[in-house]
Amino acid sequence: MAKRVGIEVSLAISEAVKLAKVDAVAAYPITPQTHIVEHLSELVAEGELDAAFIPVESEHSAMSVCAGTSAAGARTYTATSSQGLALMNEILFIIPALRLPIVMTIANRALSGPISIWNDHSDIMSVRDTGWIAMFAENGQEAFDLTLQSFKIAEDHRVLLPISVNIDGFTLSHVIEPHEFLDQDEVDKFLPEYKPAVQLNPDDPVSMGTVGVPEIYAEAKKCQDEVLKGSITVIKEVFAEFAEMFGREYKVVETYRSEGAETLLMTMGSVSETAMEAIDKLQEGGRKVGLIRLRLWRPFPADELRAEMAGVKTLAVLDRAVSFGGAGGPVAGEVRSALYSIKDAPYVASFIAGLGGRDITVDDFVMMVDQAEAMAEANEIHEYKMIGVRE
Amino acid sequence: MIEVRVHGRGGQGGVTSAEMLAIAAINEGKFAQAFPSFGPERRGAPVVAFARVSDKKIRNRTKVYTPDVVMVLDPSVLSIVDVTEGLKSDGMLVINSAKSIAELRTEFGFKTSLARVDATHIALEELGLPITNTTMLGAAVKAATLVPVEALVGPLEARFGRIAAKNIRALRRAFAETEIEMV
Repeated sequence: MAKRVGIEVSLAISEAVKLAKVDAVAAYPITPQTHIVEHLSELVAEGELDAAFIPVESEHSAMSVCAGTSAAGARTYTATSSQGLALMNEILFIIPALRLPIVMTIANRALSGPISIWNDHSDIMSVRDTGWIAMFAENGQEAFDLTLQSFKIAEDHRVLLPISVNIDGFTLSHVIEPHEFLDQDEVDKFLPEYKPAVQLNPDDPVSMGTVGVPEIYAEAKKCQDEVLKGSITVIKEVFAEFAEMFGREYKVVETYRSEGAETLLMTMGSVSETAMEAIDKLQEGGRKVGLIRLRLWRPFPADELRAEMAGVKTLAVLDRAVSFGGAGGPVAGEVRSALYSIKDAPYVASFIAGLGGRDITVDDFVMMVDQAEAMAEANEIHEYKMIGVRE
Repeated sequence: MIEVRVHGRGGQGGVTSAEMLAIAAINEGKFAQAFPSFGPERRGAPVVAFARVSDKKIRNRTKVYTPDVVMVLDPSVLSIVDVTEGLKSDGMLVINSAKSIAELRTEFGFKTSLARVDATHIALEELGLPITNTTMLGAAVKAATLVPVEALVGPLEARFGRIAAKNIRALRRAFAETEIEMV
């Protein structure tokens, strides 16, 4: 039977990886992700997890080793943050092109400089176009559940793509909170053994990572994008199966008290829970305000987002990264593109807040809603507004 | 929901005390969070840690700005940090100090309910080290309705292993010796 455990979110993720019976972990420690792989190395050393734990000298090597173990048919996991993710960048593009179903936790942290170990989303935004499925957890339970579901999604032969599960560094990774753990037999029923479609095997050799001449490169890329877009069907199927088995329901676009709302606040990640407090406060005051949260960042759930826009006049989008020189935050830009062609599209206000570990409070969210409504009323042309910045 | 802020110095186990409190509360069927102040911890520097305990699911993930309970593990931070910042007017301040409650009020002007115990003295006797995190937990759970003192025994045993017994002795002794003045 499932049991309720008070444990640090990082360790809960390690336990999920153990329950997924991974075969290989290659990782390099970096704050705030370190506790995850540190605990995995303990589990391997203590014989609780029968896997190869491969310590490496950099994240570039970590992801390169993951490519090798995954190509050889091993269920493969890694985790990183910030500069570590940046150092993996070259290999990140190659993983989905090789159709390798690696699962990686990103404990989101700001990129240097100035040097910051604290949380924002600049790391994941910097790898937006690498072709990985990217999803966000809002609390420890979701981090645990999404880690397990990610292996099943990634390894489905209709997908065979890598997945990053994003958890906010420190604000999730270092928090002790309650989790409902699943038992091994429950997980085994949900997550079958990984069966590679193709694998490196000296007895039956294949080539992976070959040259794509101009006659084939465009087709390869089109194919890759089609598979990534199509993965949303499998993601929904796996979410549904998980809900059926364990009672916890996940959606690619989540809402909170959004029925009848004329203004929606949009968030990703752990601040969504604080935002719910703001929505409750605003609705108590009679305001028609709801919350919409992106669970899935890649593939971008454009259809599912559009389906939530009926009757919405104002959409206040929170970004936790800057797209330097761009027209708004990265999420807001994506949302504006997705909604531009629909009839009666809402006014999209772009807010940037919570950079480099700056707290976003309930009052900050209330202020964003107030500002967004005023901007929509005046149809104000803007790119983005930064919240709480001293100018 | 009860929000707790722990003041100490890096290396004194302030984060651990917040964690033990949260795990004890979760084991009791409650909801709880514990988290550090999210910085590079530096031994000896003033640091804070936070905890929340509630009967309902906790959604607020900001730092604790208006604590109900403030624990001070090291008396030397009193003169360099305003430990009462944001403390609710009906909140509880729990201080490790050899001074009496009256002396603490006179010296620092504390207005809220106040609890004190000489945790350093207890820790030196029971642990042989001036590390007061587990000792101060005994004081905190006596002064405020957080968890029963016995709920901390399991988490302490799990965390401290062979040195758990003396930490539990320090916890129980502080629970017995803590003086409280409500206002």
